[in-house]
Amino acid sequence: MSVNIYDKIKIKDNEMRFAFCESLIDLASRDERIMLLDCDLMSAMGTIPFKERFPERVIDCGIQEANMFGIAAGLSASGKIPFAHTFGVFASRRALDQIFMSCAYAGQNVKIVGSDPGICAALNGGTHMAFDDLGIMRNIPEMTVIEPTDTLMLRELMPVIAKKHGCVYMRLVRRKCESIYRKGTVFTLGKANVLRDGIDVGIIAMGYCVGQSLIAADLLKGKGISARVVDMFTLKPADREETIRTAKKTGVIITAENHQINNALGSTVAEILAEECPTPMVRVGVHDMFGEVGERDYLAERFELNADAIVKAALRALERNK
Amino acid sequence: MKSENKARFLRRKAKEIRILTLRAIASVGIGHIGGSLSIADLLAVLYFDIMNIDPSDPEKINRDKIVLSKGHAGPALYSALALRGYFDSSCLETLNKPGTKFPSHCDMRLTNGIDMTTGSLGQGASTACGLALAQKIDKLQSHTFLILGDGECQEGQVWEALMFAAHHKLDNLIAFIDYNGLQIDGPTDDICSLGDINAKLTSFGCFTKTINGHDVSEISVTVNEALTNRGKPSVIVIKTTKGKGVSLFENNASSHNAVVTSEILRQGLHDIEAMS
Repeated sequence: MSVNIYDKIKIKDNEMRFAFCESLIDLASRDERIMLLDCDLMSAMGTIPFKERFPERVIDCGIQEANMFGIAAGLSASGKIPFAHTFGVFASRRALDQIFMSCAYAGQNVKIVGSDPGICAALNGGTHMAFDDLGIMRNIPEMTVIEPTDTLMLRELMPVIAKKHGCVYMRLVRRKCESIYRKGTVFTLGKANVLRDGIDVGIIAMGYCVGQSLIAADLLKGKGISARVVDMFTLKPADREETIRTAKKTGVIITAENHQINNALGSTVAEILAEECPTPMVRVGVHDMFGEVGERDYLAERFELNADAIVKAALRALERNK
Repeated sequence: MKSENKARFLRRKAKEIRILTLRAIASVGIGHIGGSLSIADLLAVLYFDIMNIDPSDPEKINRDKIVLSKGHAGPALYSALALRGYFDSSCLETLNKPGTKFPSHCDMRLTNGIDMTTGSLGQGASTACGLALAQKIDKLQSHTFLILGDGECQEGQVWEALMFAAHHKLDNLIAFIDYNGLQIDGPTDDICSLGDINAKLTSFGCFTKTINGHDVSEISVTVNEALTNRGKPSVIVIKTTKGKGVSLFENNASSHNAVVTSEILRQGLHDIEAMS
């Protein structure tokens, strides 16, 4: 496995939504089955260029999420490959039964794109803040659940997602996000990427918290603590082998996710370790709270999802494990 | 076929659907008999007069498709499929038995001839729109038929889908509302009335007609009229009797999911044979 990352984590100008649109156009130009569905959020998602290029392959359903996922299921049953986008809150909560029944239970091939995960909803506030979508989707049988970490990974994974038959929930930052990976990195669905090796503590992270975990690893290094950082971008199927390897190598595990600590990454890792390799753990994530309005950095501090929170969690876990 | 002969043939098929449905449900002892019996005549017309399908090639690309959104009436649809040759009618006696390919609610992953999985009410309206839309995109001359229950129309998703169908001019979508007036807890009008359903459908941009859902000739004529309709989806309200054909179950809300003993089966078969 080849992983190549930037030395310094910083936000680049390219936005996830533009990378999504460009890679979808690229896919659609090679596969006429690809379609794009949305619920009046095409402007917000930056997918108007797709509509301009393939007007006959776009269905903007209007504000009707339940209907959209049913339409997507019907198109899939007719051999199309629909990518259906709405905000993650609406995909996971408002249209859950349609995604479960018409898409997944019916064995369809619908790619569900839920944007603005957790604190990335920022000024849209608590009503739009999906802190629970991964946990909801993870419980649907046969559903693949992923959160691409940056634009490079997204571009690499899009063809894989399109080719894999079955329902996929892709949680996606809409606007700018940290660039982690350099070209040449290999991304495999279901395989976590080890971003940094270490022996004292293992940090397993997803999405926004991956960049924060790398910053936390630097801060820990300053305190003489060596952290192994793992990007678990496929929540389901999770990489059991890497989880166990990291636990055995470090003896202490931190999970970090832009989500409730229940039912998503923290729970998945805890379940794997409880069954295979019991290991002391601390979960960084949202603790049974609703979201609220604010800029992303403020919210990261408010909900204790940033590098400082990850460092504190690591120190607490190491102290407890003495 | 002369029209009187055709009507006689379709009435016979409707009776056979009712017989197989009753036998299948009796074989497991309980099931959704009322709403299955109410659509037997519609299914006879669709499967033996209207639909372009080929049981020897169930995945044929340009076939007409059907979505039984009131998925609990699966036993009636399975009976129609068996009579049309999709599988042997003896399979129906495995209804709801362990490992069966014939579950209460329609499952496209299990049953030959089922075009869409249904069971959570309202969802079939949207999936049928998706199928009809794909037929348009692929420039197929085929149609999608959708069967809704009247109680089911209390679901908001039905109206999202109809708004969508009208906007996209899905004139290849022919929907039916099985208007038997009863839902699990009683008369639909007592629980949450659909009001003036024809006015609602018309205002949503649909071609609509209300007909006798037990008159095979009227169903056939109306569906053929809907098939020539251009630029808008059709919704045909079929006035029916829940449990039609079995006196014990007719107009009885509790027939939604009822016990069918061997004695009820014997009497029911007698009732069905005596139908005009």
